[in-house]
This record gives sequence, structure tokens and C-alpha cells, in this order.
Amino acid sequence: MPENRSVQRWIIRWIPLLVILFGATVILPTILSSFEINLLGRFLTYAIVAMGMDLLWGYAGMLSLGQGLFFGIGAYCFGMYLNLEAVGPKMPEFMGLYGVTELPWLWQPFRSPVFAIIAAVVVPMIIAAVIGFMVFRSRVQGVYFSIITQALTAIIALLVVGQQQLINGTNGITEMKTIFGHSLAEDGTKRALYIVSALTLAGVFILCRWLVESRFGRLLISIRDDENRLRFVGYNPTLLKMIVFSISAGIAGLAGILVVPQVGIISPKQLDIAASIEIVIWVAVGGRGTLVGAILGAMLVNIGRSQISTANPEIWQLIMGALFIGVVVLFPNGIIGAFKGLFTTIRARLSPRTSGSSIPVVQSVNQA
Amino acid sequence: MSGNHILEVQNVTVSFDGFRVLDRLNFTMNYGELRFLIGPNGAGKTTLLDIITGKTKAHSGKVIFDGHLDLLHCAEHEVVRRGIGRKFQTPSVFPSLSVFENLETALGFKTATLRLTAPLKRDQREKIMDTLEHIGLAARAQTRAGTLSHGEKQWLEIGMLLVQDPKLLLLDEPVAGMTRRERDRTGELLQDIARNRSVLVVEHDMVFVRQFGSIITVLHMGKLLCEAPVEKVQNDPNVIQVYLGRSHKPAKVAV
Repeated sequence: MPENRSVQRWIIRWIPLLVILFGATVILPTILSSFEINLLGRFLTYAIVAMGMDLLWGYAGMLSLGQGLFFGIGAYCFGMYLNLEAVGPKMPEFMGLYGVTELPWLWQPFRSPVFAIIAAVVVPMIIAAVIGFMVFRSRVQGVYFSIITQALTAIIALLVVGQQQLINGTNGITEMKTIFGHSLAEDGTKRALYIVSALTLAGVFILCRWLVESRFGRLLISIRDDENRLRFVGYNPTLLKMIVFSISAGIAGLAGILVVPQVGIISPKQLDIAASIEIVIWVAVGGRGTLVGAILGAMLVNIGRSQISTANPEIWQLIMGALFIGVVVLFPNGIIGAFKGLFTTIRARLSPRTSGSSIPVVQSVNQA
Repeated sequence: MSGNHILEVQNVTVSFDGFRVLDRLNFTMNYGELRFLIGPNGAGKTTLLDIITGKTKAHSGKVIFDGHLDLLHCAEHEVVRRGIGRKFQTPSVFPSLSVFENLETALGFKTATLRLTAPLKRDQREKIMDTLEHIGLAARAQTRAGTLSHGEKQWLEIGMLLVQDPKLLLLDEPVAGMTRRERDRTGELLQDIARNRSVLVVEHDMVFVRQFGSIITVLHMGKLLCEAPVEKVQNDPNVIQVYLGRSHKPAKVAV
């Protein structure tokens, strides 16, 4: 391959990312109000979760209905830290209501922010790896995997609701005031959290991109194509699937850290099955197996929701539902897929007839 | 336990719902041998391949590979890593990947998972290119495998095996559904492949089999019926009765 072509490719690939990142972190915060920035910051964390989902579902073909669980666990881990930061040497307020007099052992290490951050990523990864090992070893595939992850999510959400003394049950953890000494209510803090979310999103995007463009990424696609065949190529799909499930869970946990200071609450509602299914919708709307589609889907669906719900508070859910169905029916490959199809058609029309017989095959996955 | 057998199937029995698909089967292959396996439907040919590759578990018996390994306790991917490659009856390549990427995936089978994030080395790339030449798909390297013709898919699948340098190749009906020209090319490819490794081919097409002059093993009802060169097999009264005897139809249809 000629040298300058690879340079050209590099520019085409990374310049848009840098431009978008510049616009998002430098320009947008000066234009938008702090309320809007806070909202957008939350949506960015959703986009991070969606990317992990895309890695798992779009590339490896594993539809997990439990990504919201990992997102929630990450959020709980960091929420516990924020609660302890708010109360200082005292106990979280809700514990007093239930007559707990001593900080439970589970809470002790969450006094350290470093521990909380690591736990928020590592705990979901370990849970996913263990579940993955059990599920994949017994060769559970396809829809059965989805059902198991959904059941698991339901079980853990119930479990959390029942733990009133430990994590305040249904009410969740709400006592958060500051993050590393900065008030969560201040505009500057909100902007900073937004920028950190944007940078994290970019980092996760680069990580995912690197993974899917390597041979490891090709293996993920071959799991999606024909997992059983992959065994006879000499790979152990159990291990591969465990790894990718675990990575996607870690990404969801990471997003959980960022969402909690921007929302100021973490409750079992975020662990709900509906929350997990919503993540699937984001990816489906944006377009599977493209990474960019996952980001786009998460942002558009959430921005759309907040716009529509303020404009039509009574029927916004109906409108959203109709939009989802419309997108899925009209564009089965999501928004990105629809654009790609359009692009391919135009290019085929414009190209001279001589090359018409050998239209270059568009590698939908690699050239996102 | 002689040293020149690459594969020894000893007393293997497999039954599904009480029906014995393989019935205390004994079967051996020498190093460097090209062997054909024929038999009427339900004779147990594919099941034998399933047993060797770990897809199906035997109820009793042993499969000794390369002198010492009992394959019956290996998972599918471990069997492959020990040097047995298998081509399935229906072409099974990864349709979303390009031809090149299919070979690349096959090549990386012994690489540690996390190392797979590193780019291909120069010699690995060359190996893939050589294999592409070998199977005649060099011009199609960037084509998506899903869009290949039936014959091309079969060759790609053979290429995926070759790139792994297996000691023993198992091919399940490699020329099924091919045009005459494709069949001829596959024949040449097979001659070439068999030159420096052991190959076991399940095949119905007697015309195709005849050009090799190898030993043919005939299976019937999960048992070994006969093992001899082509001419002898075709004149064996037992074989004629169970297989060719039905007014020579299978043989003729295949032509």
C-alpha cells in the first residue's frame, strides 16, 4: 500500500473525531446553558454504555439485556463514595433511619475514591466474566443468552430493593453534595463533568475502534457469523465471549461513574429491565456494528426524548414508541446503515458503467 | 500401537437412541496417506469425522492421534490445535469477513487472545498470500466471503485449513455440488495437498475418487465393510450389494 494513502486514510479517520471533540469540549460549553450541558453530559455517558453494547451485540452478535445492570453497579459504586464524601466522618443519613450505628464493612473501602472508581469498572467485569463463563461453557447461545441476562438483571434489581439498611432500598442513594470538594450544584462542576464525559467517550471510542479493527475484532465478527464453526478453526469461543462480555460490562461500569455525579441519584430504577432494553434501542436506532451508530443512537434518542417530553408531556411516550418502530421498520440497519446504503447507491450510480460489474464490496463493518 | 499410524480408531461405538451409528469400529491411517471413505447414507462416515474432531462423544473406544493422544477427551478447538483440520460438508466460511480475513482468522488459531490485537507479521501475511495463490483466490482477497460462489467457498475453506498446517486433513465431500471444471481444479488441489500430509476424504463421486488410485475404506452400518484399491472395491460382492449394487445408481448419479 502506498505511504501517502495511509496518511490520507489516517486524516480521514481521525480529523473528524478531533473536530467533533473540539466542538464538544470547547465550543458547546460556551454556547449552552449549564442545564443543557448537564443534560448532554448525561447523554454522553449513555453513549459510552451504548458503545460497549455495540461491541457485544453489533460485532459479536450477543444481545445482552443486562447492560443496564453493569451501568447501575458502576453508578452504585461511585454513588457510595459520593455519599461518604458528603457526610464526611459521619454515617450516611438513611442508615440512621434504619438504626444502623456502624458503617457496614461493604461501605468501608468506598471512602477511597480510587477504590470506588476501580470497583465501578472491575466489579461489573468480574460479574460478567463469571456469568459468561457459566453461560458460555454450557454453550448457551442466541436468545437464551438474552433471557438469562434479563433474568439476572431482574433478580439483582429485586435484591437491591430488598437491601434497605445497606443501600437504602427503593429510594437509592441520594445524599450527594460534592465531588472531590467541588459542589455538584455549581455550573463549573457541571461543565467539568461534561468535558470529562466527552473525553472518556472519545477514549472508549478509540479503544473500541482499536479492538474491532484488529484481528480480535474479526474474531468477534466470526463469533456472530458462525460460532460453532469457530471451534473447528481452533478457537475457544467460551473464552472469547467471556472477554468481550467482560469488556462491555467494564465500559458500562465506567459510564456509571460519570453518570452518578451528573444525576445526583442512583436507585434500583436504573437497574430495571426497562433501562437495559433502552440501551438496546439506542444501538438499534443508531445502527449496529459501527460504534459511531451507537453514539449517535444514544444521543439522538435521548435528546429527542427530552425535547418531545417537554413539548408534549401527555403523549411523548407514544411519539417515542412510534419513532422507534418507524426507524426499525424503515431502516433495519439503523441510521448509519441507512446512510451507508444511500452512499453506496449514489456511488454505484455515479461510477462509469465499465466498473459497474465489479462494484467494490463495501465492508460495512470495517469502514465505519 | 505401531509407529507409522497417524490415526488409530479403536473399537469406537456411538449410538443415538439405541441405534448404533458406529459399531466397534476399527480404522487406521498411515502417515502421508490419502484415504477415501465411502458408504451409503447412514453408514457413519460423517459420524466418524465427528468423533475424530470431538463434535460427538463416543460411548466407548479410543482414538489415537499421532501415536499417543487420545482425542476422545479433547474439546473441538483442542483437536484442531493438535493438528487436525476439518472441512465440512456444506461450505462454512465466515460470510461477513473478506477472503483474506477468513484466512487471517484461521492463521491466528494458536495465538494468545490478547496478542490478536497486534497487526499481522510480514511472514504471516506472506503465508496468507501464498495460500491465496494456492487455492486460486488471490484476485478475490478483498471480496466478502459471503458473496463467493459455492466452489470458491469450498476452496476458501480448504485454504483456511492449509494455512494452519495440519498434520491430518479431514474433508467431507469436497466436490459436492461443484461444476465439472471446479471439480477438476479441486482434484488438482487435493493431489497437491496430499503430497505432504495425511488426508481423509469422504466422497461419493467414484469418478473423482478413481483418479487418485488410493485405498478406499467402505463403511456400512457403522462397521468396516471393505478396505482396498478402487478396482477391487468396485468388484467386491459385498460392496456391490450394499452400495453400488442398487443398479449402480449412486455411482452413476455422481458422474
